[in-house]
Amino acid sequence: MKNTFIGAPMERREDLRFLRGRGEYVDDVAMPGLLYAVILRSSVAHGRLVSIDASAALKVPGVHSVITGADMPGGPPIIPMRLQPLPEFKPFEQPVIAHEKVRYVGEPIAVLLATSAAIGEDALEAIAVEIEDLPPVADWQTAAKNQSVLFEKPGTNRSLVFQARKGEADAAFANAPYVRREYFRTGRHYGLTMEPRGVMATWDDATAKLTIYGAAKVPFFNRRILSAQIGLPVEQIEMIENDVGGGYGARGEFYPEDFLIPFAARHVKRPVKWIEDRRENLMAMNHAREEECDLEVACARDGTILAIRGEVHTDMGAYMRTNGAVGARNVSQFMAGPYRVPHVKIDSSLWMTNKTPVGTYRGPGRFEANFFFERMIDMIAADLGIDRIELRRKNLIKSVEQPYPIAHVQPTDAKDEYDSGEYSETLDRALQEIDWPKLEKLQGKLIDGKYHGLGVVCFIEGGAAGPKESARIEVNKDGTLSVYMGTSSVGQGVETVFAQIAADALEVPIERIHQVYHGSTAYVSDGYGAYHSRSTVMGGSAVLDATNNFMATLRQAAGKRMGCAESNVTLDVDKVNGGGRSMALKEFAGLTAEGAFLNKKHTYSYGAHVAHITVDAKLGRIEIVDYVVVQDVGRAVNPLTVRGQVLGSLVQGLGGAVLEDLKYDENGQFLTGSLADYLLPTATDFPNLRCVVLDDYPSPINPLGAKGAGEGGIIAAGGCMSNAVANALQSLGAEPRQLPLSPTYIWELVQAGRKQAAE
Amino acid sequence: MTTKFEVNGKPVSVDVEPRLTLADCLRHELRLTGTHIGCEHGVCGACTVLVDGEAVRSCLILAVQAEGTKITTVEGLSNDADLTPLQKSFRKHHALQCGFCTPGFITTAHALLTEEPDCDADRVREVLSGNICRCTGYIGIVDAVLEARASYKK
Repeated sequence: MKNTFIGAPMERREDLRFLRGRGEYVDDVAMPGLLYAVILRSSVAHGRLVSIDASAALKVPGVHSVITGADMPGGPPIIPMRLQPLPEFKPFEQPVIAHEKVRYVGEPIAVLLATSAAIGEDALEAIAVEIEDLPPVADWQTAAKNQSVLFEKPGTNRSLVFQARKGEADAAFANAPYVRREYFRTGRHYGLTMEPRGVMATWDDATAKLTIYGAAKVPFFNRRILSAQIGLPVEQIEMIENDVGGGYGARGEFYPEDFLIPFAARHVKRPVKWIEDRRENLMAMNHAREEECDLEVACARDGTILAIRGEVHTDMGAYMRTNGAVGARNVSQFMAGPYRVPHVKIDSSLWMTNKTPVGTYRGPGRFEANFFFERMIDMIAADLGIDRIELRRKNLIKSVEQPYPIAHVQPTDAKDEYDSGEYSETLDRALQEIDWPKLEKLQGKLIDGKYHGLGVVCFIEGGAAGPKESARIEVNKDGTLSVYMGTSSVGQGVETVFAQIAADALEVPIERIHQVYHGSTAYVSDGYGAYHSRSTVMGGSAVLDATNNFMATLRQAAGKRMGCAESNVTLDVDKVNGGGRSMALKEFAGLTAEGAFLNKKHTYSYGAHVAHITVDAKLGRIEIVDYVVVQDVGRAVNPLTVRGQVLGSLVQGLGGAVLEDLKYDENGQFLTGSLADYLLPTATDFPNLRCVVLDDYPSPINPLGAKGAGEGGIIAAGGCMSNAVANALQSLGAEPRQLPLSPTYIWELVQAGRKQAAE
Repeated sequence: MTTKFEVNGKPVSVDVEPRLTLADCLRHELRLTGTHIGCEHGVCGACTVLVDGEAVRSCLILAVQAEGTKITTVEGLSNDADLTPLQKSFRKHHALQCGFCTPGFITTAHALLTEEPDCDADRVREVLSGNICRCTGYIGIVDAVLEARASYKK
């Protein structure tokens, strides 16, 4: 039979348990003899840790023990970086627990174990901590003065400058007929997951084995970190991936608690569970985004972009965490987005401040770059008197130019290039979907007290990080098949997607793929995880390889047992046929084969966002009338889940564009410690959203032709909304230069515009 | 304190500390882990259960306050044989991804559709605005609830 599961909008198999409340997230796992961990966190942004006195807490009934850095032989281990692990970053990496200094509000100081979390939380207040205040560094400008440094040894608050280079930008600027320079900034966001983080660890003294529940995203990598920190071989550590309530780049990186809880379990020889509360989550999970950009663009008079040049400053928070450098790197490399820019020179500085450390959040650096550059394109179009759509079309990379080389970032990686696509087609489709010619006349019009505005932007999304991914197929006792994956699930639907790919390749009904197992370290020899929109491309291609190896292994075994040539063996649903004989597949129970996909290149999906909004200038309130995203994903394995990725990430992006901002005061005190302070989109905020998923230009670098597609919705939301606001308020001269587009900020823009007009 | 109430049609008696929330009681005392805890301050709605038919955030009431009530959790709105029409509609419209907020949406939507099977899209959005989903962007959830209306009409 010839299947066509790939490309079909198949309902998800995961849903059957989630909809009935039968998912098993880490806090759902019960364990006898459990101790609950609670964590004492610094209330001071920057200070010297003088003393910790837990004696009163230890007297509280139900308290088992208190663990601090002093309990760790050789001092608290350091958490190494996973991505861009440059030697320059070493002095800025985070210890698993504050030892001599505290550097942000929320930094772990002590772990208290008790018979219930409630008792533990009560007892935390009885731990006396003395901290000698040091001058706080609450923004990058203060950091740049280097008067108060977070780390004495390097003696500077700048951990690195990434340099994105292509061509000769300075020379291009020297001869340019037109240059515009602007200053932009984005708010501080984070990949808030609905499930707060959690870790449960058990220690088996007899076998010297650690088992860790709550692993996510990159369990194999995290196991290697823990193995080195805790002094156990990797084989003695098992990471179990339970259901994971959201990832977005933030969940599953190696955090301090990923050492502290396993260490505690081994220390006290009891199972220990820690479940984060929301306040902790807001100040302990990786922050992201807060970037400022001084950007120059040089153009010919006809609107041809000649060069870009500028500086970006990222507020990194207190430590270089596992993937902390990605945003600051990406913003420099992808500033030019999907446009043909021959000369690029961007310096991106990473500044250490007394805030929660930064990591990736969906579309890291790309969301910011898109906002900076797309905002600029609208300003340039107005200056040059060229239609902003025409200006974009003129500069979009054409398919005949592919693969298109992009800026090279030092000091990190090899050269990179875009893979395939005719970028203008997605722009044209988006304009057609929203009926741009009909809406055009509404631009800037005041109707019933609201200004109408249109926004349009194009974007590029990277995916498919290498170097490798693994998959394994095994025959079950009942003759069904199981697929074991080295990638992880963060809720995106990989169980369904991998079943589709395996069933198509093996030409069996999809029900024969009994289960897709993923994440846990016991399933395959090595795995790489779920990040950089890589699971479908890398994992899916590994499944294809595993099915090939599986059929070869099956043919060999069946040929031997049935006495026929291997080449005559075929698989027919639950039977193996060959040489006129037939055996049930279950006779081969346990037969297994692993496969892998190796890849050093990236996929680049792309598309366009178009929005029609209204702005109430008196209230500063934005409403979306219509919003269309068109994205070409190379090949949509499951159009239903791709659509879910695009629309879901779009609403996250709109949150960042309009609502979300993690705030600190000038002392580094955290001001947004609840969901009443950090505003997330709800069902009433952004109702009129649509998307069109295309697969017209498959990726040439993997057998599926698929491109990573989990981030396109979020990347361009800030750029599109800010351009729409500028367009709506053009008569008032309002030009947004920062996000979020909060009611206050819009009101300020309107006031400033009016004042300027009056002068 | 000994507290008696009914959960998913079965009478239960639990001996709990007065400060224990209903959410923690359901999850840890009664092992009904389908009810999820996302914020513990009444904003996210993940812990929504039905108390005498009304959608209630179980993190904001104490277990002892549930004395004498009839409580329904997501487990009580499910069966082994098949998905319910509301659940089928969620699946069809891809109204969930990571599944963590889903039980709260199912209970909230069930309470709404039971009371107002003729509600329109604006009303659905208004009622669901008390529940936060970080994955889907709500589009599929609203579509799913609208389609499920038919199964609640008498």
